[in-house]
Amino acid sequence: MTRLGGVIARRGAQALAVAIGVSALCFVITQRLPGDIAYRIAAGRYGYDMVDADAAASVRDELGLDRPLWQQLGEWVADLLRLDLGRSLVTSQPVLTEVSHYLAATLQLAVLSIVIAVIVGAGIGVVAARRPGGFADRFSSLWVAGVRAVPPFLLGLLLMIVLSAQLGLFPAVGHGDGGIVLPALTLGLSLSGLIARVTRDAVVEVRGSAYVEFALTKGLPERWVLVRHVLRNAAVSLVPYLGVQFVVLIEGVVVVESLFAWDGLGHSLVHAVFWRDIPVLQASALVLALLIVLVNTLVDLAVLGLDPRPRGRAVTA
Amino acid sequence: MITRPHLRGAAALAAVALAATACGSSQSAASDALRIAGPFEIHSLEPSSDGYFFTRLHVTETLVTADVEGNLVPGLATAWSADEANKIWTFELADGVEFHDGKPMTPENVVAVLQKMAADAASPLADVGVETIRADGSSVVIELSEPNVSVPATLSHYSTGILAPSSYDADGKVEKVIGTGPYEVAEVSLPSRIETVRVADWRGVEPDVEKVSFQAVGRAESRAVMATGGQADVVFGLEPAGRERVESTDGVDMVSALQPRTILMKMNAADPALKDVRVRQAISMALDRESIAEAVLREKDIAATQLLTPTLADWDAELEPLTYDAEQAKALLAEAGWKAGADGTVAKDGKPLTLELLTYPDRPELPALATAIQAELKKVGVQVDVEVTNSSEVPAKHGDGSLQMALVAKSFALISDPLPTVADTFAEGGSDWGTMGWSDPAVDEAVAALMAGAEGEEAAQHRRTIVTTAQEQLPLVPVSWYRMNAAVSDRVEGFQIDALETSWRITDIELAG
Repeated sequence: MTRLGGVIARRGAQALAVAIGVSALCFVITQRLPGDIAYRIAAGRYGYDMVDADAAASVRDELGLDRPLWQQLGEWVADLLRLDLGRSLVTSQPVLTEVSHYLAATLQLAVLSIVIAVIVGAGIGVVAARRPGGFADRFSSLWVAGVRAVPPFLLGLLLMIVLSAQLGLFPAVGHGDGGIVLPALTLGLSLSGLIARVTRDAVVEVRGSAYVEFALTKGLPERWVLVRHVLRNAAVSLVPYLGVQFVVLIEGVVVVESLFAWDGLGHSLVHAVFWRDIPVLQASALVLALLIVLVNTLVDLAVLGLDPRPRGRAVTA
Repeated sequence: MITRPHLRGAAALAAVALAATACGSSQSAASDALRIAGPFEIHSLEPSSDGYFFTRLHVTETLVTADVEGNLVPGLATAWSADEANKIWTFELADGVEFHDGKPMTPENVVAVLQKMAADAASPLADVGVETIRADGSSVVIELSEPNVSVPATLSHYSTGILAPSSYDADGKVEKVIGTGPYEVAEVSLPSRIETVRVADWRGVEPDVEKVSFQAVGRAESRAVMATGGQADVVFGLEPAGRERVESTDGVDMVSALQPRTILMKMNAADPALKDVRVRQAISMALDRESIAEAVLREKDIAATQLLTPTLADWDAELEPLTYDAEQAKALLAEAGWKAGADGTVAKDGKPLTLELLTYPDRPELPALATAIQAELKKVGVQVDVEVTNSSEVPAKHGDGSLQMALVAKSFALISDPLPTVADTFAEGGSDWGTMGWSDPAVDEAVAALMAGAEGEEAAQHRRTIVTTAQEQLPLVPVSWYRMNAAVSDRVEGFQIDALETSWRITDIELAG
């Protein structure tokens, strides 16, 4: 399995480089943001109308914010090497606990959204590809345009009003009792449009290929042709695309998370920026960056397994 | 034929995925808990940062508390008194108080908590000049370096809620909130959820509501859906559009109360343009406050006519109300040397009058109000640049002197007595959320006399001096008052909004059905 090893080594090196780059960049950017950092942290801690010069001074003092920047960054890097992410400047909670809690919530949401997007999007795409230009195909175009045109905030609100306020099927906000359904549906439906499009085109292309025609000619039932040849080959273009979508999704959950009061990473990232909670910000960015590397690795591996072509192997044989 | 079975399969899968995550849904079934939703998140368990959640939810109690009208009433202290000089305060503690961990509350426990807060810059107890805090028999004695009449009111502040020693971890940080109130914490999930249950055998009258849940919901749109969809019993902080939807929905009503909070423009009276009182008066007169309040807040009657809300009865001196007069505003500007130029902006010595107005989005109406003010001032030739930023920029820019104007929502009763806040607002040399570059000897004298314990007619006279001078000099230009609102479901009986938000008065509520 040298190719597998190659993928893992390459991605591992990338992860390390990304980690160092992202942390340093994050630190520099936060320091360059306008506004006094001690005041911002005090605002996060004590609420916006309780901040005054005394509170800011006590924050500055407690956190040693007047030390030279290289010292502050150096300390963070040293802690990171000991796998200690420190404590949040605002909540005083260990960053690791906080970020992993938020990450879990976001991953849950992202995975369910992708599942919904794939079921809805790929479903529509496969049906549309059956007869290009037919009714289902035209419907799929309408669907793609529709869900892409409606901003997630509005779509979320519509779903909330219909499924939650009117029909009482799911709670509008929160983590308990099916609270994940509406945010996941919002994100999933938003994504399903493009997935439908990509699936449709991939399936149309594969269906027109010589090997599918051959499979049909040799008498395989159409269902088997679809599963073993069409879908597998279409998946080779669909999976990397899904990888990209997953990344977009993680970055795009901010609006949806705040609408549905879902305490995820997007939500915490916004607060961390607002309050200059540097350790949380650095850790969140780090986790997101590593997650992107991980997703790309998984996509590489999945394609490696899916692609029936003998790519990379000696073709001379 | 490939589609039909697959379509059906996909639909079934989708249904399964949804059902799997929705297990045990159907939240509209009446729950036995009182469900409260509000805009603010719980960032920390430390009493000086977000302690108000736990006092409002009746988990922690303070030595002194306030009734619905804002009058001080006994909390964990049954009585209090001061020496002649208002420098030594004695608080007699109630008998038989137990923490939720079953341990009795001792005067030493109370002393430890108060000492911690006296050293915490974010607690108002740090500002009263505490010298020592000690236990004396069954009471707690606080000695001050300066006379201060507001100690009981300060001890009604949420930061001074009494926590059990077992609340703290080894570093002295709060890891669990263990208080003495009629409700104890069942679960806290930072930053958005708190659940409490009624304490069995609490020392006082047992409340009717057995369980309470608080959910922080950042978006006002989402809160409105919760209120109209019956997913919360009490929803705080709705925007005008949400309020209108609630009003047209059966089974839920809007309840509101004027708060001692004023949306005002903090003016830098040391600024070259703003140091002229005529310019400040012109700015005030250029504001059609009623129209602004109607357009932005959809409540015409909360347009401010003076700095302090009339509900602060002691401070209401029946002042000449601030009025709208654009022509007079232009005349005042002209008198101060600001003449209308070709482009409509007034100018002096060839320099146009351009001012920066800072505000922050924590209260969503502030940026909207700021742009309304910008439009009003443009009509009299004053160019305003609105800058929406973090709230902490206001004290930060106050500190370095670069602030010109800031639109802020200032509470005048962070504790039950407005006096310390008023004193801070008009402090000599200015204060972060108060005046800037402005002072008036008569006001300084009046504040000092009140802080030293002036009483009766003498005190009323001092208060009148302060509010009258503020109305004439306008170091702070009031824009609008503030009405706290809540959407309340019909199953909640006995809900009252407490103007000071000391507590959510859950103990007075009964849940029907």
